[in-house]
Amino acid sequence: MHGATEKKILKAELRWAALVAIIVFVIMGAIVFAAVSMHINPPSNREYIDPQTLHLSGEFTEGNLGTRTGPDGQVTTRIITTQFAFLPQCVVVPADTPVTLRFASPDVIHGILVTGTNVNTMVVPGYVSQVHTVFRRTGDLLMPCHEYCGLGHSQMLATVRVVPPDQFRPGPDGRALCG
Amino acid sequence: MASVAFDPAPAPAPARAERSTLGVGRLTLAHLWVAIAAFAVACVLGVWQMWARSPLEAPAHSAANYFRAVTFHGVSMAYVLTTFFIMGFGYFVAETALKRPLPAGRLAWAAFWLALAGVLMAALSILSGSASVLYTFYPPMTATVWFYIGLVLVVIGSWIWSGIMIAAMMGWKRAHPGEAVPLAMFGTVANAVMWLWTTLGVATELLFQVIPAALGWVDTIDVGLSRTLFSWTLHAIVYFWLFPSYIAFYTLAPRAAGGRLYSDTMGRLTFILFLLYSLPVGLHHLFMDPEHSTGFKFIQMVLTALVSVPTLLTIFTIAASLEIAGRMRGGTGLFGWIRALPWDRPMVLATGLAFVMLFFGGGGGLINMSYGMNAMVHNTSWVTAHFHLIFGGTVVIMYFAIAYAIWPTLTGRVFASARPLRLQLWLWFIGMMVMTLPWHYTGLQGQWRRVAAFDYSDPMIAAWGPWVLLSLAGGVILLVSALLFVWNLFTLHRARAPRGVATFDYAAAVHPPGRIPRALNGFAMWNVFVAILMAAAYGYPIAQFFIDPPPQAVVHRTVAG
Repeated sequence: MHGATEKKILKAELRWAALVAIIVFVIMGAIVFAAVSMHINPPSNREYIDPQTLHLSGEFTEGNLGTRTGPDGQVTTRIITTQFAFLPQCVVVPADTPVTLRFASPDVIHGILVTGTNVNTMVVPGYVSQVHTVFRRTGDLLMPCHEYCGLGHSQMLATVRVVPPDQFRPGPDGRALCG
Repeated sequence: MASVAFDPAPAPAPARAERSTLGVGRLTLAHLWVAIAAFAVACVLGVWQMWARSPLEAPAHSAANYFRAVTFHGVSMAYVLTTFFIMGFGYFVAETALKRPLPAGRLAWAAFWLALAGVLMAALSILSGSASVLYTFYPPMTATVWFYIGLVLVVIGSWIWSGIMIAAMMGWKRAHPGEAVPLAMFGTVANAVMWLWTTLGVATELLFQVIPAALGWVDTIDVGLSRTLFSWTLHAIVYFWLFPSYIAFYTLAPRAAGGRLYSDTMGRLTFILFLLYSLPVGLHHLFMDPEHSTGFKFIQMVLTALVSVPTLLTIFTIAASLEIAGRMRGGTGLFGWIRALPWDRPMVLATGLAFVMLFFGGGGGLINMSYGMNAMVHNTSWVTAHFHLIFGGTVVIMYFAIAYAIWPTLTGRVFASARPLRLQLWLWFIGMMVMTLPWHYTGLQGQWRRVAAFDYSDPMIAAWGPWVLLSLAGGVILLVSALLFVWNLFTLHRARAPRGVATFDYAAAVHPPGRIPRALNGFAMWNVFVAILMAAAYGYPIAQFFIDPPPQAVVHRTVAG
């Protein structure tokens, strides 16, 4: 083989390498654009909660679970994921309204998604998992546990009831319940 | 030459052909048959799992059986098939590429028996129902300690293998000063070095967190830390599995196609980039986790994007190598060389099919790694589809092709016909497509992972039914292919199979490497780079658990005692 073919090969390789660089650069650009200008980021939340005591006091006590509208109008839904159920099993949220979902686990790792939305987070014991979202479609959505948490994992399924904003009527204490 | 084995009229064999002139013949066969046995059982269980999740009623269907089966499937495919295949193929490459006997042959056998004892320990733990924690463990749940000890023995066996691979290369370099290490061995040692780095994470998790918890020495466990340590291993392990396929792309496929490797340097560069960039990217498995900041997730996302580079380079180099072959065989025009390729040869066919599956699987992977977009697909069937295409597709179909290429050398017998081999590869490809394409769709619909059954009385889940049945049909095709694979290899162990001359050669490069830079002929410098990258990518994400310790989770024993 001659040096000429070696040069040709090198040239072709460099051309391809440049194309590869462009492909990677474009993908990265789209991701950075989505993250910076549209605030599409993964649900990081280094906020601690002791899995052994979360039910004793504070926001994850039984009377505070489910959806609650704060004095500032902020809608927050608090859910405990536990072997093998969600507490509560059904939550109601208003459509077209910013909603903050907060999850905590007293036992093992769980994970949730809400079908038809981009709501998705792991629930790791020791942390409060938090997702900000706006539900656009009304109706009952499925919220399953999507991480293996023991033999009863398949039964862990909750409902997110999305209602039109005018039908979302929290009680005097700010809590809204399913049904 | 790989294709000799598939010549319809094999050359007349010597009157009394030796069974195998290869020193590592029995060692390689022992490893590969363990790998294949685990693979076959895992395929049977895989089909049953899909049946259980479908609208059809499956026999013996219970949650306990399902998660037992999933654990067995995952451990067999991810740990046993892969590790044993890679070790066996590595020994084979060390002897045939370096053309000298394997150093420490007895130690290699000791590693084999150690790892096999570990496999049996883990398998019995799973079958008895004492280890239904899946192959990714999920602390704070713990299984019987024998499960973890068994897996640790497999890892120790693979560490011994890594040491032997490195020693084999160093010995060859001492005997051939200044010469380029043959590419197949360079790739094998790159994998061994990467594997030593890779297993640090899971070994630390098992030895310092999970095993003490399983033994009852501790009652609580830092789950964020254990997830982080596992993520250290979780992505690079996929490249550990992938390496033999890439070694076959570079050093077997061009020759099987009747051509030459376009660029030896590109092969070395690819293997080095895998070593560098498959490790500091594991946090992309934890994008949806709370315990890591978006900053480190972003950094590792960028590094993940870079790991697509060696694959894109490989696609170019292998396509160019095949083009050389196609044109040498008379192919003309922009695409005419594709038609001119010898698609009847299993290695060429498998390479083509592997690339198609890599296109779909890699495309899905780019979406998974996309930081924000991951929320759309995390822990849905989309991800299951992605890794079945990459691992079950690209990786395993090349394992088939490698086995078909080396079995004649190992047994001293040749395949009477390549037809059942091609049929098996086509069935695998079709089955994988039919199984995974519906999974992508149902995953986008929100179908979640790791459940023993779906409630088809729910109208939304009922709509997935036909797609689930379609993917089940794909699974059945895969099972047929898997059994045919076992049969094809088995035929070469029968006395009636035609005998053949069993030499083995690798593809030559268009420009065979003469003297090459030291950086492209060893790994000392690259290890320093890996250490720097890992310190940057994982230093703080691990240190944070000690700087500001989070509350621990209570250990949940899934078995009594």
